[in-house]
Amino acid sequence: MYSYLLPEFAIERNEERCIRCRVCERQCATDVHYYDAEPDKMFFHEEACVGCQRCAVFCPTNALFIRPHPAEYRPNSSWNREKLQDLKKQAETGGVILTGSGNDKPYRIYWDHLVLNASQVTNPSIDPLREPMELKTFLGRKPNTLEIEFNELNGSEVKIKSELYPNVSITTPIVFSAMSYGAISYQAYKSLAMAAKKFGTLFNTGEGGLPLNMRKEYGSSAIVQCASGRFGVDPEYLNAACAIEIKIGQGAKPGIGGHLPGEKVSENIAVTRMIPQGTDALSPAPQHDIYSIEDLSMLIYALKEATNYEKPVSVKIAAVHNVAAIASGIVRAGADIVAIDGLRGGTGAAPKAIRDNVGIPLELALAAVDKRLREEGIRNKCSILAAGGIRCSADVMKAIALGADAVYIGTAALVAMGCTLCQKCYTGKCTWGICTQDPYLSKRLNPEITSQRLANLLRGWSHEIKEMLGGMGINAIESLRGNREHLRGVELAEWELDVLGVKGAGE
Amino acid sequence: MLMKKNYRSERHVPAKDIEACGLFGVMNIRGQKFGALMAIEAIKNIKVRGNGLGGGFAVYGLYPDYKDYYALHIMFQNKDIKAKEKTEDFLGEHFEIIFDEEIPTNPQVSLFCPPLVRRYFVAPKKGEAEQAIPDDEYVTSRVMYINTNIEDAYVFSSGKDMGVFKGVGFPEEIAAYFMLDGLYEGYIWTVHSRFPTNTPGWWGGAHPFSILDWTVVHNGEISSYGTNRRFLEMYDYYCTLHTDTEVMAYAVDLLMRRQGLPIEIVAKIFAPSMWDIIEHLPEKEKKLYTTLRMVYAPLLMNGPFTVIVAHHHEMFGLTDRIRLRPITAGAKDDLVFLSSEEAAIRYVCPDLDLVWTPQGGEPVVVRLNSEDHLKSLNKSI
Ligand code: SF4
Ligand code: SF4
Repeated sequence: MYSYLLPEFAIERNEERCIRCRVCERQCATDVHYYDAEPDKMFFHEEACVGCQRCAVFCPTNALFIRPHPAEYRPNSSWNREKLQDLKKQAETGGVILTGSGNDKPYRIYWDHLVLNASQVTNPSIDPLREPMELKTFLGRKPNTLEIEFNELNGSEVKIKSELYPNVSITTPIVFSAMSYGAISYQAYKSLAMAAKKFGTLFNTGEGGLPLNMRKEYGSSAIVQCASGRFGVDPEYLNAACAIEIKIGQGAKPGIGGHLPGEKVSENIAVTRMIPQGTDALSPAPQHDIYSIEDLSMLIYALKEATNYEKPVSVKIAAVHNVAAIASGIVRAGADIVAIDGLRGGTGAAPKAIRDNVGIPLELALAAVDKRLREEGIRNKCSILAAGGIRCSADVMKAIALGADAVYIGTAALVAMGCTLCQKCYTGKCTWGICTQDPYLSKRLNPEITSQRLANLLRGWSHEIKEMLGGMGINAIESLRGNREHLRGVELAEWELDVLGVKGAGE
Repeated sequence: MLMKKNYRSERHVPAKDIEACGLFGVMNIRGQKFGALMAIEAIKNIKVRGNGLGGGFAVYGLYPDYKDYYALHIMFQNKDIKAKEKTEDFLGEHFEIIFDEEIPTNPQVSLFCPPLVRRYFVAPKKGEAEQAIPDDEYVTSRVMYINTNIEDAYVFSSGKDMGVFKGVGFPEEIAAYFMLDGLYEGYIWTVHSRFPTNTPGWWGGAHPFSILDWTVVHNGEISSYGTNRRFLEMYDYYCTLHTDTEVMAYAVDLLMRRQGLPIEIVAKIFAPSMWDIIEHLPEKEKKLYTTLRMVYAPLLMNGPFTVIVAHHHEMFGLTDRIRLRPITAGAKDDLVFLSSEEAAIRYVCPDLDLVWTPQGGEPVVVRLNSEDHLKSLNKSI
């Protein structure tokens, strides 16, 4: 069948600059570029280009320009180009349209409508180059109060009598989000683990297990996931980690499961996931042993039993309409951490209809959850991890001021590794070596170098956070947590300010 | 415990008042009583710290004749007689009123809109079902009821054998108005001069801030206010005055009165050591300080502050963790002084035996019949 689709990208090669080195040909995973010896010239198949920009970056003479294709249908705000292309694609294939990475639709990005505060006159700002600035964060349940035994006469003999719950400490309130080995390459996965360890924070294994050879070295930096497919879950796996996460949902695809096609299930992935090589790894939409909050509670306590109550248990949910009530139930069910993944959270593969239309923005969900947990007096019974669309250090600050203990970053970490958000993760042909199991592509990532890029990102953001905190006159991150006084809204409607619990600028 | 005001959203919670202030406190560690003069003179000497929009005193050992009864100092805004009637009906219902009178004032001193201020010496009158409630809780909840439900009535203080005198004006004017010098004696005096940048000109808004016999005078701008306030709300403390002092007072009440923690530990919650320091402590202390910081992180008071807290038998001062608002301590014989300014202390006691500046986060604890205040001397700068 002849395709009616317009190419997504237009390629322009400056013939004068091109030295026919064929780098672009070797770099491209979709065989766009090819060489013809007869005229000694490079050619291309434009329709195969996904706009990953790998060739443009690697071309030694900067001869390549890849842009969105200029061809346009008659302008129509309702039936726009994307809608038309999708219709044609479906007419040709009869399938569900798949996509990768996060929601790219123009829903309001609240981060960009929130501004931060700084000190002037009445309290001094603090210079982070001269004074300590503390970002250390604890994830886990805190007791309501501490019962302390002390000697009246000698204040130094103090003993804590209250029972304490396991907490994990991280040096910066930024954690790498769940990305499974299988969805991403071993190299990308290992880079995350190495960077987390180097920086003193955590990475999340996703639902693909934790390879045996990595457990000793990186287990203490890992949050291991227990998802609906239960891939790779056994007592050793759980006990190797520093925290456990039950994945209920994902912001990019609330309510649906996952599918790792058999061709990606290589030997090592098969061993790690504990499934036969080459079989499809299907994660059901729900966890089939969790049809209610009591069932969730049973799983939480089963995992705690399996790990001798030594590790905090997190429950990750997608931000959906009644997220506040759900989060409250999760805390009451015994979770130590609630992770909320918003509308713009990323994915390796999701039906486009779902990615683009299901869920609510993280900012609103986060504010609502924090408010609800406080009203019920159970906010310190858990930590809140906010995920989905955190793009920069200022977003981290705003998330913390809205009530998060720390944030998960997924897409931002991928971009640091090279990702250009081409959204083709589901094809398995990631030219940047991230979302692929093709050894030719994945060897493009060298974990030594890539982990340094990730650590640099954490370092840069942490510095920026310290600068902003100092400007507010705060020298410990905990004093920003839930501190709406340091946020103001701009260009937001009444109801939005109300939900965020934030005053308008100038109010 | 306190009345919750229902806001549709946090967004409608009024903004916090910003203010700077001068503080002074003096205690005789043998419990000998003395007059108001020292407190008045000291605070007068740091006039620049106030702007005449609020001043107040707390006195301990004030009512020896009624020392077994709760002394309620209550103001009625605009001398509102209806508020007085309502309050007295309420008091009559919940307390035995042993004695009550208008607090004498000097008509020669003219101040901004003075309210009617009366004192009531009361004992709880508990119903059958309330027998198990401790007296202090009983009194606190009734006081909060008056403050939040009876319009134009506001309780300045509610402890035994102590009282708060405060209002809109410079502290020396308040002292003159209530004729503190001459009429009263106490073994602890704390005083506060206020410099609000936006004030409703309301007598209840002056400091000291008080719950039962606890009083707090405070100076500073707490940048963690929002975090602190929201944490305290989980323990049913709802801020009605929207000042840092109120947050500080509730935190003291929660940790010290309700949970019974000593100030030595509470200081490590309000102004904890840096992680770098904690990491290098011996194992046992490291664990203690790490746990305190982890659990009470939302009560870290971040930003510049100095606070002087008093209750019977104890007065203590504390400054923030990086000492952005220093506090000075001094001692002469049985008198121990605390102030935001050394000048204030030196002015009333030029021949001090000792004077020192404690480190950030190191409390100066002045206790009856003890030398605990000297502990902070070793760690001073
Ligand atoms: S990489 Fe650049 S220079 Fe090399 S063949 Fe491709 S377009 Fe030409
Ligand atoms: S990970 Fe790779 S395939 Fe996915 S969006 Fe990024 S560059 Fe594209």
